[in-house]
Amino acid sequence: MTKKRIDEPTGTETVGHEWDGIEELNTPLPRWWLYTFYATILFAAVYVVLYPAWPMIDRATGGTLGWSSRGDLAREMRAADAARAGVRAQIAATPIEALPANPQLMQAAVAGGAAAFKVNCAACHGAGAAGSPGYPNLNDDDWLWGGTLTDIETTLTHGIRWDANPETRVNFMPAFKDMLKPAEADAVAAHVLSLSGKATDNATGAQLFADNCAACHGPSGGGMPAMGVPALNDAIWLFGGTKADVTKQILAPRHGVMPAWKGRLDPVTIKMLAAYVHSRGGGQDPAPAAPAPEVAKGAAPAAKAKTDG
Amino acid sequence: MSKNAPQSPPASGAFESHKKLERNVTLLAAATLAVVAIGGIVEIAPLFYIDNTIEKVSGMRPYTPLEQAGRDIYIREGCYVCHSQMIRPFRDEVERYGHYSLAAESMYDHPFQWGSKRTGPDLARVGGKYSDAWHVDHLKAPRALVPQSIMPSYSFLSDTELKVADPSASLTALRRVGVPYTDADIAKAATDLKAQADPEADAGDLGTRYPKAQIRDFDGDPKKVTEMDALVAYLQMLGTLVDVNSAAAQEELTKDAKGGGGK
Repeated sequence: MTKKRIDEPTGTETVGHEWDGIEELNTPLPRWWLYTFYATILFAAVYVVLYPAWPMIDRATGGTLGWSSRGDLAREMRAADAARAGVRAQIAATPIEALPANPQLMQAAVAGGAAAFKVNCAACHGAGAAGSPGYPNLNDDDWLWGGTLTDIETTLTHGIRWDANPETRVNFMPAFKDMLKPAEADAVAAHVLSLSGKATDNATGAQLFADNCAACHGPSGGGMPAMGVPALNDAIWLFGGTKADVTKQILAPRHGVMPAWKGRLDPVTIKMLAAYVHSRGGGQDPAPAAPAPEVAKGAAPAAKAKTDG
Repeated sequence: MSKNAPQSPPASGAFESHKKLERNVTLLAAATLAVVAIGGIVEIAPLFYIDNTIEKVSGMRPYTPLEQAGRDIYIREGCYVCHSQMIRPFRDEVERYGHYSLAAESMYDHPFQWGSKRTGPDLARVGGKYSDAWHVDHLKAPRALVPQSIMPSYSFLSDTELKVADPSASLTALRRVGVPYTDADIAKAATDLKAQADPEADAGDLGTRYPKAQIRDFDGDPKKVTEMDALVAYLQMLGTLVDVNSAAAQEELTKDAKGGGGK
């Protein structure tokens, strides 16, 4: 098992083993392979010095470059924050109602809001903010809790019926299923639909409405955005506008819930979101302060609302 | 081989002695195990003691029986096939999902729900991002809310009454693998399970034993406790226990980042 010899046909040395006349050639490793192998060893040695590698008592060796994945992230976030810092600081310093006075800043806020909307709001309100049954459309001029920049910012910050936020917007409509007989509920529903011309009115319904509903919804169903009371006279419905839908809502109202974004999003992002939502088409101007030079969009009694049911 | 063996001259180098190993299969197996174990020990053992992987964060608590039941449904339905619960420390993930996940946030997970393969979004911090009604609507008919979604419908969850064979036994099993449920937790598991989803029931000290537990009807049907209640309760608590943005946590993490603690 040891007779090394040069194999004549190949000119290569054998390893010296021989079993029943069979021998093995000791063909050397290809040079390129061998040097690549040495290079990987060298690479590993350098890597161990530069990067975190050996586990020690409470942490791994840090490496002379001081690299860490969290540090990497922190650096990248700092760079991104720095790039946005100027605009964000300006938005932070500007009260939201003053934003429209600075069109350039408003534009930046709307753009930032559009990005944040896709990540945080689109799941409920839809990618185009058109909503779906139970989730308000943010493109129209119908607002549940008011459509000025300040109103929208408040809604975003504190949410609607969001128990975890003490300042959340809350209202509850009583369920009338024990108070109205089926025929009465039917009559009220017909009256409610008649407010937007979708049904013929009836005296019973009108009387019941005046007794039970007008206190909040207004005698002509104009709603009360300050209390989040929806307008009933604009043919815009959160939970459906058929007579069956309206009856259902009278008997056992559903109440939408919107999360409070305070804590999850920073105030500047919330401000930008408010600017974006306001810019979707239905944004209202603050009523008393500026006597709205342009079109008073939701001017009339139908200053209804939308933010969430 | 044996025929030639007697002719072998004395071993001519350090490598000659490995012939002993090569010729003794038991010895070879033992030596192989020893060598492979070195690699395993160097790579795995430090995870049990270096700061970075055993960092403590305040706020973590075991799952309530209802959340645990929801978690079991999550696993039963294979939600993990498309959804991960691990936000990696990359800018794109952090900007979309929130602060990157900390190891401690999965400390009571059996099994953990980490992963980087996603068909749906990461759910590590989905708790509180949407309303309960949204989760119910979305689980029933995902495309009604997100038109481009390819998630299947899980509407049967709201018709299926929640049945956990023995809530105490499942908590006991978890305690045996290291989840610190107290005796009271285990004794009251069955009541806790129902009470968390039933606004009429007396939840007792549920909120004290499980801080930040959300007690309400989750599926919009207060009359019965369904699998939908459990799953939504679980989804609504994901990522809500640890206040990662609190000053203390922030300081701890910055220190870590600067220290370059290896990963």
